[in-house]
Amino acid sequence: MQKLLAEYLPLIVFLGVGLFIGLALLVAPFIVAYSKPDPEKVSAYECGFAAFDDARMKFDVRFYLVAILFIIFDLEVAFLFPWAAAFKEAGLYGFWAMMTFLGVLTIGFIYEWKKGALEWD
Amino acid sequence: MLAQAIEIWWTYGWPLALMVAGSLAVLVGLLIIVAFLLLMDRKVWAAVQLRRGPNVVGPFGLLQSFADLLKFVLKEPLIPAGADKAVFLLAPLATAACALAAWAVIPLDQNSWGKWVIADLNIGILYILAISSLGVYGVIMGGWASNSKYSFMGALRSAAQMVSYEVSIGFVIITVLLCVGSLNMTAIVKAQEAGVATWLSRMAGADTGAGQVIAKLSFLNWFWLPLFPMFVVFFISALAETNRPPFDLPEAESELVAGFMVEYSSTPYLLFMLGEYVAIVTMCAMTTILFLGGWQSPVAMAPFTLVPGIFWFIGKITFVFFMFAMVKAMVPRYRYDQLMRLGWKVFLPLSLLMVVVVAGVLQFGNLAP
Repeated sequence: MQKLLAEYLPLIVFLGVGLFIGLALLVAPFIVAYSKPDPEKVSAYECGFAAFDDARMKFDVRFYLVAILFIIFDLEVAFLFPWAAAFKEAGLYGFWAMMTFLGVLTIGFIYEWKKGALEWD
Repeated sequence: MLAQAIEIWWTYGWPLALMVAGSLAVLVGLLIIVAFLLLMDRKVWAAVQLRRGPNVVGPFGLLQSFADLLKFVLKEPLIPAGADKAVFLLAPLATAACALAAWAVIPLDQNSWGKWVIADLNIGILYILAISSLGVYGVIMGGWASNSKYSFMGALRSAAQMVSYEVSIGFVIITVLLCVGSLNMTAIVKAQEAGVATWLSRMAGADTGAGQVIAKLSFLNWFWLPLFPMFVVFFISALAETNRPPFDLPEAESELVAGFMVEYSSTPYLLFMLGEYVAIVTMCAMTTILFLGGWQSPVAMAPFTLVPGIFWFIGKITFVFFMFAMVKAMVPRYRYDQLMRLGWKVFLPLSLLMVVVVAGVLQFGNLAP
């Protein structure tokens, strides 16, 4: 517990100081700067037109697909980290176990590719 | 009572005060370096286009970034009428804070005074990967909260792009970790003390003249040489991850004005810019630590080894940043489908394959650390 605290407390303090610098910068113009908003100024930018409709519109499902693919691969990267750190200790058994896992993943990746999940046109 | 208060101060207050002082020193130093790198970015860009670049404020325009800071603080902060005010203001703060947070685990030097790092975590690189993923939140929040079509489209594009290239960055980091056998950032730099040059000098004969000369060339020890393809993939992915040209599609001026930042002005905008540049410098530092030997001097001989490590570290960051700036100046912008194709169909399979190759070589060549 003591060791954990000694390692992570500086990190928390650092985050706090970073957040404080950001917050100070964010608040500063609201205190010192000139401010005189009018309806034209605070309307959303749309090339000089009045906004046609709400900006929170439908969007392409591909973005959603990219997010799902990202979750799969990023989780898998996170899974590889401990293996990479303990590569020698895991030995030959660990090596082949991980190769099997990567093989399964590659099959999934090829399936995605053939299904056209990676196409963007 | 007083004795007790003094004791509490010495056991809790003093270490805490030291931590705050250390954090402040690193952050202020970082921000000053970012200010000058930003100027360098503009100067390099200008020089490539045969312009002078900023040259009015201070000698050679050296104080330009500080003048810009003042200007930003004195500008009128605008919040669009349709915006979600809390999220709108939280987004730049999240971007800047996440970008700055990564610097807690980056080792600046190691000498007789100890390790120059705020928090020497044994999972340092995992922390960096996690915190740099959080940067996407600022983009999504800013784009959504602005309630503007340009911001919304820009945020979607930017998030998809950052997320796509993060996967290949993760695989590249895995290949380096395989060669290190630890997740600690200092250990990664230490692992580059011996490598190709050591091996070559042993091949040539350690006591022959040639062997001794080669042993001095410590820049050959660093991981950029044995893992050269990964070095290239990491560099290009870092460009895409930080939305730098040629991958600056989220803010493609000709179509999306300024991407997710359209509605921002004054210091909220400054914080986005700051977050972006700090993220770029973080990526430069990561390149330096993973592939260019961190604070180690490139040649293990007298005039070079006398320079303190931190100067080598900053020098290498500046060098990598110079390459970032040159890419910005010289390479035309990608199209969005090309960008996604490169990320998912080229870099992902390539880096996956390299993980297998590196692991295989280490396992069957008995080279595992």
